[in-house]
Amino acid sequence: MHKPVSIDELQDIIRSAEKVRACGAGTKPALSRDATLTTTGLTGILEYEPSEYTFTALAGTPLSEIRDALAKNGQLFPFDPPFVEAGATIGGTTASGLSGPGRFRYGGIRDFILGVKMVTGEGRVVFGGGKVVKNAAGFDIPKLVTGSLGRMGVLVELTFKVFPIPETWTTIRADFSDIGQASAAMIRLAMSQQELQCLDLEPPGRVWLRIGGLSGAVAVRTERVRTLLQNGDSSVNVETFSDEDDVKLWSYAREFRWVSDNQSLMKMPISPTQVTLVEKLIGQSDFESTRRYSVGGNVLWLAVPRTVTGEAIDQLCQQLGRPALALTGSWSDPQRGARHGHVFAGRLLSVFDPGSRFLMSPTA
Amino acid sequence: MSAKPESAVARNVAAFFTELRRIYSADQILTNNAQLAPYESDGLTSFRARPCGVVLPETQQEVIDTVKLCHRFEMPFIARGSGTSLSGGSVPIEDGLVIAMNRLNRILRYDAQQRVAVVEPGVINLKVSQHVAADSLYYAPDPSSGPVCTIGGNVAFNSGGAHCLKYGMTSNHVLGIKVVLPDGEIVELGGDSLESVGPDLTGMFIGSEGLFGVALEVTLRLLPKPEKYYTLQAAYDSLEKAGNAVAMVIASRLLPGAMEIMDRLSMDAAEAASAAGYPKDAKAILIVELEGTTDEVEAEKPLLHRVIEESGAYIVEAARDEEHRLKIWKGRKSAFSAVGRLSPDFIVQDGVVPRTKLAEALAEIDRLSEKYKIRVANVFHAGDGNLHPLVMFDGREEGALHKAEELSGEIIRLCIRLGGSITGEHGVGLEKKMYLGEMYGEDDIEFMHQLARSIDPLELSNRGKKLPSAVPPALLTRGAHPLETAGVIFRD
Ligand SMILES: Cc1cc2nc3c(=O)[nH]c(=O)nc-3n(C[C@H](O)[C@H](O)[C@H](O)COP(=O)(O)OP(=O)(O)OC[C@H]3O[C@@H](n4cnc5c(N)ncnc54)[C@H](O)[C@@H]3O)c2cc1C
Repeated sequence: MHKPVSIDELQDIIRSAEKVRACGAGTKPALSRDATLTTTGLTGILEYEPSEYTFTALAGTPLSEIRDALAKNGQLFPFDPPFVEAGATIGGTTASGLSGPGRFRYGGIRDFILGVKMVTGEGRVVFGGGKVVKNAAGFDIPKLVTGSLGRMGVLVELTFKVFPIPETWTTIRADFSDIGQASAAMIRLAMSQQELQCLDLEPPGRVWLRIGGLSGAVAVRTERVRTLLQNGDSSVNVETFSDEDDVKLWSYAREFRWVSDNQSLMKMPISPTQVTLVEKLIGQSDFESTRRYSVGGNVLWLAVPRTVTGEAIDQLCQQLGRPALALTGSWSDPQRGARHGHVFAGRLLSVFDPGSRFLMSPTA
Repeated sequence: MSAKPESAVARNVAAFFTELRRIYSADQILTNNAQLAPYESDGLTSFRARPCGVVLPETQQEVIDTVKLCHRFEMPFIARGSGTSLSGGSVPIEDGLVIAMNRLNRILRYDAQQRVAVVEPGVINLKVSQHVAADSLYYAPDPSSGPVCTIGGNVAFNSGGAHCLKYGMTSNHVLGIKVVLPDGEIVELGGDSLESVGPDLTGMFIGSEGLFGVALEVTLRLLPKPEKYYTLQAAYDSLEKAGNAVAMVIASRLLPGAMEIMDRLSMDAAEAASAAGYPKDAKAILIVELEGTTDEVEAEKPLLHRVIEESGAYIVEAARDEEHRLKIWKGRKSAFSAVGRLSPDFIVQDGVVPRTKLAEALAEIDRLSEKYKIRVANVFHAGDGNLHPLVMFDGREEGALHKAEELSGEIIRLCIRLGGSITGEHGVGLEKKMYLGEMYGEDDIEFMHQLARSIDPLELSNRGKKLPSAVPPALLTRGAHPLETAGVIFRD
């Protein structure tokens, strides 16, 4: 595996190889299995100006390193990236387009990326976007490469917008008797003016919420959320967690500690109003699974036994009219279901990667 | 691939119109001079071009058929919303076709539970928020032209507004777009979920200034309306102090919805227009707006007041009620149009600088203003470092426009030098494309050309905009948009 330490070296590697697949730390094995090079030699925060709310880092920089630097200045990643403890890099996270539960409040990784420097399939260095929080010049290449899974090029340098850390956090957990009630409560809270940081649903009936803000307001806000959750039904059990407990609960969710070693993890974007349907369809399928709905029901994290086939996932995708992305496990193609806009993507790819260097042949 | 559309069009123009009449009824095709006049220019008013015709489609199919026809005849075209672009972006292509999208103004689907609305591109920005207001939802991007500009135009320019600091621009609020590519191919980009799989094609389309084809349907993300706003206006005896106050608010870890600054000259303008009642001796006004749940905003208030006090504000006035709040915003949002009272013509710039360089940028603009002996008013989105210097001149004076443009160019270059951008929200259009190559390298520009040609090899869709290639037509004059003069919209 190549491990370039400079952009020149990276260009040479790309130009002289027939096929190139970049990876970061390899925390999403379904996406990095065929990797021929790692960006972990390109590491470090290049610029960080807290008062600008922006930082620029090399692609191989571990998220944890950036998180710590941000935390020292009272700031965080607003998109709450997953796999931080596992060692994920900022480049790998961008290329896989992943955000965590905290993206509910302000937006996902695609909403906070500002600039990118990358090397294309022809070994060209391309710069897109900018280093300031607002910029309407040029094409939005930074957004395009978010989620591009290494197909557009090897990301080298990334600039992001960040936000201040709320003074305090509180987690609220509510238990409902079934998925219908839980999903209704989730939608009620998502439509409310409570400005939640996270809103997750753990089937069959558990809703998780997180509030962030000034300590002076947390108690009142928690009470209001409790009222909304119970919606007149005091039999709904509501618990709150703070300090270390709060931190642990979200780290457990974000790091996917709830997924066991013999399961594969998939991400499936859905709509909040589909949650009960998803539960029904999965109930009818012939595999067991563990699930967590996140971002107010806009994403399903689905953990299935390693033995489940791509066809079974494709079928679910088709029933729901949604795509899916495998993060762990072994798949001929980690991207399942229909691909929208492939004509548009294909034309852009003819410029980013005319020789299809970044296209790996599917393996069984 | 080299294109020879002009010659092709010249030969085929009659045949083209014969085919066009098969798609449209007679009253949907405009060709005579009087009908075409309103479509010759846009909000910038400096650039003019005469299209060969304007079509007024009422259905998506008509748009698709038109684009296919244009492709067959190699006829360049531009989709047009309300024509409020401030960068020449909606100026037609000389002898090309204008596809006016205003009649595609239906809200196709609205799902409050999902917090999503699917709209046609001719829907007016403000209409979306009005449509969903009963559920206490809103569409966040709030350009000052909101009462008239269209979602299609917003998408093409990635438009912003006063509230971008917290919730971002148009691209942060669009989940999916159905597009007819310049050769008639239909693609669906993104979807209706906040999450997606694969490259962010929706994000790539937004801000492409019409070069990638015509948006037919746009899926918007809606947000719950903030429960409470708290708006205060602080007066300073120097612009620098106001700029520093912004840095102090940021450092305090508050995250206001908006932070806006007006300088003395823009206050004078606003005063002349509407007796807004700004302190007479203030050199700068800072508007800060907190928004959120009532309890959170109540808890943030004292913190904000402490910071503002420490920043050296000598008058601090908080909005007493919603009416007062709207008055503060009206003063701010009308500042642009009000500048028309101080000067017959003005150029509005849109550069961005790193927030830490705000004071430096303002001092330099001041110096340039003295050097050129041209007045420059400043109204800007301070929280984002997005400047809107208004360079005033009198178009009737020999050489005045040229001098004003030179000064504007220096301001744009200043933004690039300080590590910022040539445009924060108004787009490159025709006006700023000669500066794009100074912000990006030559190779990057060439790459952007290649991307554009990969989508549109014949360069039919909004040819000549955004990317520096063709020489821009001569500038005529600049001033207030007719709708501004009428007080319908305000420049931001
Ligand atoms: C007084 C005033 C105040 C303003 N304030 C702000 C502000 O606060 N913030 C801000 O960001 N901008 C502002 N603007 C600029 C302008 O309003 C925005 O750029 C707006 O988005 C343009 O919308 P429109 O419908 O007028 O589009 P047009 O000007 O008609 O078109 C703009 C561009 O969009 C393209 N386009 C239109 N429809 C489509 C479609 N369906 N598919 C593909 N491309 C399409 C056009 O080809 C053109 O390139 C202001 C302008 C004025 C005159």
